Amino acid sequence: MGVNAREAGPIARFFRWLGGDLGEIGASFAQGDWKSKLSFLIMGFAQLCRGQWVRGLTMLALEGGILFYVFRFGWDYLRHILTLGVVETHKQGRITVWGDNSFLILLYGLLTIVAILALVYLWRLNIRQNREAEQRLAAGKRLPTNREDLASLFDKNFDKTLLALPVTGIFVFTVLPIIFMICIAFTNYDATHQPPAKLFTWVGLENFKALFGIGGEGFGGTFFYVLGWTLVWAFFATFLTYFLGMAVAIMINKKGIKLKKLWRTILVMTIAVPQFVSLLYVGKMFASDGLVNAYLLKWGWIQQAIPFWDNALYARILIIVINLWIGIPYTMLIVTGLLMNIPAELYESARIDGANAFQTFRKITLPYMLFVTGPFLLTQFIGNLNNFNVIFLLNRGRPQSMSLSNNAGSTDLLVTWLYKMTINDSNYKIAAVIGIMVFLVTAIISLVVYNTMPSVKDEEGFQ
Amino acid sequence: MARRRKIGNAIVYLILIVMSIVWLFPFIGLVLQSFRGEYGGMVNYLVPKEFSLVNYQFLFSDSSKFIRWYTNTLIIALFVALLQTLIVICVSYALSRMRFKGRKALMNIWLVLGMFPGFLTMICLYYLLKQLGLTEAGAVPGLILISVASSGMGYYVCKGYFDTIPKSLDEAAILDGATRAQILVKMIIPLSKPIIIYTALVAFMAPWCDYIFASYVAFGNENGYNVAVAMTRWVWTNDYQGYFTRFCAGGILVAIPVTILFMCLQKYYVEGVTGGSVKG
Repeated sequence: MGVNAREAGPIARFFRWLGGDLGEIGASFAQGDWKSKLSFLIMGFAQLCRGQWVRGLTMLALEGGILFYVFRFGWDYLRHILTLGVVETHKQGRITVWGDNSFLILLYGLLTIVAILALVYLWRLNIRQNREAEQRLAAGKRLPTNREDLASLFDKNFDKTLLALPVTGIFVFTVLPIIFMICIAFTNYDATHQPPAKLFTWVGLENFKALFGIGGEGFGGTFFYVLGWTLVWAFFATFLTYFLGMAVAIMINKKGIKLKKLWRTILVMTIAVPQFVSLLYVGKMFASDGLVNAYLLKWGWIQQAIPFWDNALYARILIIVINLWIGIPYTMLIVTGLLMNIPAELYESARIDGANAFQTFRKITLPYMLFVTGPFLLTQFIGNLNNFNVIFLLNRGRPQSMSLSNNAGSTDLLVTWLYKMTINDSNYKIAAVIGIMVFLVTAIISLVVYNTMPSVKDEEGFQ
Repeated sequence: MARRRKIGNAIVYLILIVMSIVWLFPFIGLVLQSFRGEYGGMVNYLVPKEFSLVNYQFLFSDSSKFIRWYTNTLIIALFVALLQTLIVICVSYALSRMRFKGRKALMNIWLVLGMFPGFLTMICLYYLLKQLGLTEAGAVPGLILISVASSGMGYYVCKGYFDTIPKSLDEAAILDGATRAQILVKMIIPLSKPIIIYTALVAFMAPWCDYIFASYVAFGNENGYNVAVAMTRWVWTNDYQGYFTRFCAGGILVAIPVTILFMCLQKYYVEGVTGGSVKG
């Protein structure tokens, strides 16, 4: 039978690679000298024997460190990972006996798995290093000295020096927590299953079933309601600020307008002032006892206060409008910088052809801007999907509605809803599910938009 | 033609003036409220009946920890600005100038990681920090640690800028016997001043607004608050009436230095966002 080389899928390719790799390991062992053979067990031994103590000591220290962690510490957690603990915290007489802590079992269990994977990788690297060293010696060449090894960390291997710390940081504080939270989506970790007093355990796809309402009550309705508003919000927040910001930039840039710098500086104030100050104040301004209502009442324009934050529709519109206040200056800055890049001759010839201001905008400025700022629009859209500050500081997702489950409000985005679930309700399992959904929505939009974007499809245009 | 242009310009001026009023109105209100002597939350008039400094006096009195919160935030902001800039430069240089195995994969993985909502990981980070003793009273170093640890993923703008510096310069330097490290320190960094200032400025400003992580990591311990957490609580407390004008005063004290700094470095900020938006 055998798999045809050209048709091989990723899985088949993986196994072919694995087979080849195992063969190479075997060959390395069979053909290596006794020092290299011993290095299979004591990593770095052969390097030390050959005088490469920088490499040897690094390998030995890493192996020792990882093994120490795994056996001394990690194994205690890893062995419970399939059950996430069985002994619940209980009282014996008047003494509290602490049981297993599901949270730590999962967290350190994952860390231990990763440590073991890292060890396997290092082990493989160690074998390869020794094989290369042997081949070099056999060919009569000399090995790099310790000094050269160290110096290469600032030259040929500078990338490793530069990236070591950032990659480790991202791994521990981003990757590990994300894997952890993905796992939480498959457990029953919530307010009634909180370690260290209680245990939580694996429940398979239960939470996802609850989301889509399969088998009994679900919160799928609320989820799609919130998702709908999140998309509507992101759409308006992105495109309204984009087009209005562009209009403002063009106005300020117009010939004959004086004090250009002053206008820009005034608008940029909203970027400079920390949002928690400006948004909290503006939010209060529109409260039912706020300044806006007070003046409207005083002037007799309205008879009673407008419930800006207590009516779902008003609140939604107001949030989009206030977001313009924050967003327009940002687009304005970017567009101002880009306007200068459009060749003046284009405008000149359009003017000679008798085009008016609107026509030149539609035919020259807009296409150019859309082309150049395509990626920016995408990141703005994604950023708005997750725009926590504006929603949360203005009105915390209110008004609350009885028809929505899990305390969602009418202006809640998926992320603010997720935040509330975590902080107020300790409903971690559902928060994790929502988090995964946010990821899916973001990833799908990014993929689709990115593949249809003109600046990606046609890199040469406008050059 | 000239007449039409005049009318056009008049309309533009009108729009700009109206916009300026709308843009500045909340800030004027904020300043006026901070000097208001009368007690109460939002009142139905803009100009205070009695101007006074009581709100500012309260912030600096012993009954408020404002100075402590302010120092906390300033320390966080300074450290984050310094360390984050260093990390971003390192990552950008490695990704822009060096070619190594797994470079593309690394960039793709980071791109995908960025699509997860950040504070999904909040609970987990809290436990990690708690193991290190960096929560509650130790929230300041804890917050610095988590901000800096993940900052490598924000390399886009800086790398985009490095990409525009011609590679031939590197090659010439290598021929002259310079190492990669020397190229970074002696050539790339001096050439990238605007983008480095931009990176530091953005990093410095972010902690002043950080509410989510800061509130979670401090976990109700007043000594670990930053200004955003502490003052947001003032507005949302039940005694909002009593604290509103104090919030305004504190807000002014936070906003003034940050705003001045931003205005001074505006040029670099514009360069950064413009470059970043085009590069994507």
